[in-house]
Amino acid sequence: MSQSTDHATDQEPRVANEAVHAVIDREYQYGFHTDLDTEVAPKGLNEGIVRFISGRKGEPEWLLEWRLAAYRHFITLEAPTWPHLDIAPIDYQDMHYWAAPKPKGPAPESLDDVDPEVRAMFDKLGISLAEQERLSGVAVDAIVDSVSVATTFKAALAEVGVIFCSFSEAVRDHPDLVRAHLGSVVGPRDNFFAALNAAVFSDGSFCYIPKGVACPMELSTYFRINTADTGQFERTLIVAEERSTVSYLEGCTAPMRDENQLHAAVVELIAFDDAHIKYSTVQNWYPGDENGVGGIYNFVTKRGRCEGARSKISWTQVETGSAITWKYPSVILKGDDSVGDFHSVAVTNNHQQADTGTKMIHIGRNTTSTILSKGISAGQAQNTYRGLVKVMRSATGARNHTQCDSLLIGARCGAHTFPYIEVKNDTAQIEHEASTSRISDDQLFYCRQRGIDEEEATSMIVNGFCRDVFDQLPMEFAVEAQALMRVSLEGSVG
Amino acid sequence: MLHIKGLTASIEGNQILKGVDLDIAPGEVHAIMGPNGAGKSTLSAVLTGRDDYDVSGTVTFKGQDLLTLTPEERAVAGVFLAFQYPIEIPGVGNMYFLRTAVNAVREARGEPTIDARSFLDAVRTRMAELDMDPALLSRAVNTGFSGGEKKRNEILQMTMLEPALAILDETDSGLDIDALRAVAAGIERQRHPDRSMLIITHYPRLLEYVRPDVVHVLRGGRITRSGGPELALELEQDGYGPATPIPANAR
Repeated sequence: MSQSTDHATDQEPRVANEAVHAVIDREYQYGFHTDLDTEVAPKGLNEGIVRFISGRKGEPEWLLEWRLAAYRHFITLEAPTWPHLDIAPIDYQDMHYWAAPKPKGPAPESLDDVDPEVRAMFDKLGISLAEQERLSGVAVDAIVDSVSVATTFKAALAEVGVIFCSFSEAVRDHPDLVRAHLGSVVGPRDNFFAALNAAVFSDGSFCYIPKGVACPMELSTYFRINTADTGQFERTLIVAEERSTVSYLEGCTAPMRDENQLHAAVVELIAFDDAHIKYSTVQNWYPGDENGVGGIYNFVTKRGRCEGARSKISWTQVETGSAITWKYPSVILKGDDSVGDFHSVAVTNNHQQADTGTKMIHIGRNTTSTILSKGISAGQAQNTYRGLVKVMRSATGARNHTQCDSLLIGARCGAHTFPYIEVKNDTAQIEHEASTSRISDDQLFYCRQRGIDEEEATSMIVNGFCRDVFDQLPMEFAVEAQALMRVSLEGSVG
Repeated sequence: MLHIKGLTASIEGNQILKGVDLDIAPGEVHAIMGPNGAGKSTLSAVLTGRDDYDVSGTVTFKGQDLLTLTPEERAVAGVFLAFQYPIEIPGVGNMYFLRTAVNAVREARGEPTIDARSFLDAVRTRMAELDMDPALLSRAVNTGFSGGEKKRNEILQMTMLEPALAILDETDSGLDIDALRAVAAGIERQRHPDRSMLIITHYPRLLEYVRPDVVHVLRGGRITRSGGPELALELEQDGYGPATPIPANAR
């Protein structure tokens, strides 16, 4: 079954429009560029570049072969045209596939040795690379362009057996673990962007939580694109063994530039019996300016496999950035009684476009999935929810509840919903609810009559709309997410 | 306190208010009564700054030209409207909304904001006076509230915002007798020498509990009669009378 509902609007609401004018003209605050001495590979994509990347990272032969196979497959593929996105053709030969801050001397042995300029850049982003500072409960893997520049709290985590390091280090230090799981959830032939990523991925984070361990702190990766004309292609792999739990956070920013930049990541999660993985994203890539010039093209494949019985994987995402977002964090519910959640807030303003949602694939018995999607469109933005709930023949007793709400701000934006449901087991219970609303003149006037100005009122109403999803975020992120919403909606109707 | 002179208001070419004159002194409670379509709710909308109307005439409030102010500026100046149909704001906590409103107004007036603890104590006291379920504080603003709960919530907001002019738009409509008494008692407690009230109502019922100083009849966009509280009872017996104004205004 598939259906599509479109809500575009043609009349200017009065008060709402005026209110939102006020709310919309703040600048992207992470748009600075840092002058780092950077090694950049020549533009272009070919076998030579794939070998160059693999060589720079000193990879074993099997991984080079894996990349090359992916590359050879990639060149046979066409970019997908099914998303509800208007994208100018991307010239894959006209960008760099490797850019890395040059190490000043030998590789840093400890965090104290991290290049002060890199450290200063992260300080400016509000991310501390010092273990004793504000986010002391959060371990950070900091990635600039193609490489990880620092990972905090590695030693403290190692004491309980948790491995948290850059992907490159994992390949070097834990090759068996990487080899066993790499590509097992998102294979190199999975889709166009996954194939591209498999060929040229440069770094990323690796987490391994051993049996019975509750990871003692939040793990996080902060992605920063710094160099111009460079794509960022990272892979994250999280393996949670039996009865382990982990909460993982991801944040992203990039400088303001007139050219579009490509970000094509792959994230794979694997949860064994009774393991819980909670993965939260606050995506704040540069969205382009108010005329739709520049911004990040964000094409990401995120998928988790509930391998074991009673395992649980939960995705929470707050997507406020990027010119284009194409992203469907999904869960394969293989273990009996396993649980998959997807909680999403996607905000698009100005000329931003998002086509995002999830896939819940029910294979095991009594598997449960919940989808809660909140789409907010302002300006001339287009916001699409696309979701698949698939119940296989084996999935007796599967249940899904989907709720999909859209909020429109102003008269020139659009919200679209494409829910797909495929059920092959008639014991399944599937529920789908959807709504589309607009910040009403009445709501704004009510707030203003109480003395709350238009900007604050709009922000309050939008945050209220997203409340159920924000409640799922870890504390630090929830606060950041609310602040971000305010920024991204500023100037939301022009 | 409030001086309205020659106030007209039209929407989409229809003139709803056709020259309203009204003066309210500090501490006075005025009631405006009138049949459906007389312009009662338009008057409250125009006074609080809804921009759906083309307006002429003058409205002076505490010496300020009210018509040039934005809705939030009017709120800061001390104008409060208890809505006839209170608006639902899903996901926004009632307590959060209330405190944001009170602090926004205080901040705009250059007064210190109130900390969460003292605010909560004050709200709880006021809620008890209004016989309100404390659970309503943690629910979203008016969302899923019953009609009576919504009206009480309006009065709660009024008591926390302590306005200089409270406009109560059909606050009695849809209330059962217990709710009406609770709401009326809440309004009575707000009587204050520095606070004026304008009670807009369809029925004299509320006025049995909140005794107005002056009663006006609004018909066809004009005030056609004015008198003391006895006018309300007379209207109940005899109806609103002719739509033409009676020139000798009681005030």
